[in-house]
Amino acid sequence: MSPATQDGRTGVDTGLGDRFKPSNVASGREDVPPLHDILEQTEAHVATRDFSIFYRDNEAVKKITMEIPMRLVTAIIGPSGCGKSTLLRAINRMNDLIPGCHTTGEMRFDGQDIYDKKIDVAILRRRVGMVFQKPNPFPKSIYDNVAYGPRLHGITRHSRLDEIVQRSLVQAALWEEVKDRLDTNGLGLSGGQQQRLCLARALAVDPEILLMDEPTSALDPRATTRIEDLIGELRGSYTIIIVTHNMQQAARVSDLTAFLYEGVLVEYGPTKQLFTKPREKQTEDYITGRFG
Amino acid sequence: MGMKARNLLDRLFSGVGVLAIVVMGLALVLILAPIFSRGAGAYIFKATVEHRRMLLERFERGNAEALAAEAEAVREARAPVYAMLARYAAEDLAGLSGREKREARQRLEEVEDILQELFGPMPGAATPVLPRQQYGATRWDRAEVKLDRLLYVETWDYSDSGSMGQQVLKPRREEFAGTALEPLFGYVETHLEAMLRPEWTFYWGFLTDSSFDAHIFGGIWPELVGTIYLTLGAMVFAVPLGIVSAIYFAEYAQEGRLVSLLRTCVSTLAGVPSIVFGLFGLAFFINTMHVSRSKSVLAGSLTLGMLILPTVIRAAEEAIRAVPHSYKEAAVGLGAGRWRTVVTVILPAALPGILTGTVISMGRAAGETAPIIFTAAVSVGKVLSPWETLTQPTPALSWNIYNLCTEHEAVDEIRHVQFGMAATLVLAVLLLNLVAIIMRARISNKLKG
Repeated sequence: MSPATQDGRTGVDTGLGDRFKPSNVASGREDVPPLHDILEQTEAHVATRDFSIFYRDNEAVKKITMEIPMRLVTAIIGPSGCGKSTLLRAINRMNDLIPGCHTTGEMRFDGQDIYDKKIDVAILRRRVGMVFQKPNPFPKSIYDNVAYGPRLHGITRHSRLDEIVQRSLVQAALWEEVKDRLDTNGLGLSGGQQQRLCLARALAVDPEILLMDEPTSALDPRATTRIEDLIGELRGSYTIIIVTHNMQQAARVSDLTAFLYEGVLVEYGPTKQLFTKPREKQTEDYITGRFG
Repeated sequence: MGMKARNLLDRLFSGVGVLAIVVMGLALVLILAPIFSRGAGAYIFKATVEHRRMLLERFERGNAEALAAEAEAVREARAPVYAMLARYAAEDLAGLSGREKREARQRLEEVEDILQELFGPMPGAATPVLPRQQYGATRWDRAEVKLDRLLYVETWDYSDSGSMGQQVLKPRREEFAGTALEPLFGYVETHLEAMLRPEWTFYWGFLTDSSFDAHIFGGIWPELVGTIYLTLGAMVFAVPLGIVSAIYFAEYAQEGRLVSLLRTCVSTLAGVPSIVFGLFGLAFFINTMHVSRSKSVLAGSLTLGMLILPTVIRAAEEAIRAVPHSYKEAAVGLGAGRWRTVVTVILPAALPGILTGTVISMGRAAGETAPIIFTAAVSVGKVLSPWETLTQPTPALSWNIYNLCTEHEAVDEIRHVQFGMAATLVLAVLLLNLVAIIMRARISNKLKG
């Protein structure tokens, strides 16, 4: 386990006191509270009930019922094709872009049904930001990349935009590296910098939830560590849901882990417990590398 | 199949491929080389004093004093010719009578005609009505051809009934042996330069002058402007419409029977012969919609716009589809709607491709002849004001190249104009492509960072 993840965590008030700290895995604390305790302590930010996702007739995600707590880091793991990305993308309705994709059951965000007809998807997506697998900055300047979201949502005053751009880049730990070349193209940055730029872009619209779809799979180990550190720093301010196929990463950065297999939620619980004392045989097989 | 056979097949295949490319390149050279080399003759040629006189009188360009001095020198050089003519008429012709006199007069008139083509009207004669008779040979290359006609009589020998007639060139001097006119031919041959004073000239006016007397004099400015009007007009109609259609196809259309039918329509439209578009333009825009009373730049632009629309749609759709999906995801993920995504992310990223397609179709619109025959083109006309383009027809390069080749009454006199027009058109299209390549490279660089 990388010790670097600990640094980011210190001083984050989760509202849980010392009873629950994600770094407990690394720091060796054994008193992991059970899931229902955690969910009692913090509100559920996203909650699903019998939630299924179909690609035409093919059920990719099957009747999942889970609650994702506010301001903590929740990891979704599972072998390729298990539906973890599909589930993640359902939270900000990115799956709408795919023809023939539909859902059953319900998914609530802050108590509101995300798939209600009356939901304004633009507002939903502003509140639920997303960072993608491959860094995907726009072919625009660094400044315009970060300012894209705020502009989209009607902020035009320069001083206000400057402020947001700086704040977001600072949050994404990119400010110091790019502050002198904000007008250069975002695609000119390195891969890791590009991914942090994308993070800054997502943060610029002040989301409540950050969805991360394998955010480090295209990055080298150093850039990966920086992103993981950032997740630690953002924890406590944002609800973070991260999809990863890297189990060490899930163990390092998350408070809770959900294991998905063939569209079914096999096990969901505190990360420490899931990785040390999995309740399900399938989970154990997966995390010990017997398949996946 | 053995390895040898496979290798042979591979080699054969690449051999045929290379051959095809070489043939194509050769064809390009064979087409472009004469166009450019002979087209250059419209701009750079040995211009005679007659050319300078024409420029001064018709376009008020040139040095009047220098020309007056030149005209004096030329008059002196030409004076013996006219003196010989006068002597022949007074001495030799007067002594003849009847049929002999008629024949001699006819021979004299032939000589006089050629001399007029070379040097303009005889001194003291009334100014002819046609401009082509008011000036002698303005180009030295034409003067040399006319000199040949003066020196030799072309006759045909049909004595061998078994084969085709043979052309026989007989010195004209022999027709006038022993008369006062006999020395004329030798004199003109040796003194032609002094009588016409040819000088190498760069005639930029070929591009910027209007023509008169059926393109025999002047330049191609009205044609060039007409082509620009028609091309820009076609762009104005086709580009916005094409981009919007492409956006619809690439971003909005739900793949289904109707959309695939629409796509087929677009593809089919791209393959329709251009003459059909011309007839359609006449039947629809002029006869049905009455966009103008008769041919007009407006009707021609609409027709050309229809012609290039499928190309623009195709190119723009390809360009839009080539934009990485991740850009779209990023924009949508931030809460951008479809339209916002298209305008702020997809179109800017697709711009280089759209631009390329647009310029290619621009070249096509500039060069198409058939669609404007019935809708916009006339062979002679003046430069239109933008306002007049709504109602007036215009000459255009493509149509005039064709027209001057097929329907001109003095085609030998305007060969240089034909090639000059073709070279100018090709050059303009090449320049357009060059601009597009540069713009595309610049935008691509900006996008790449």
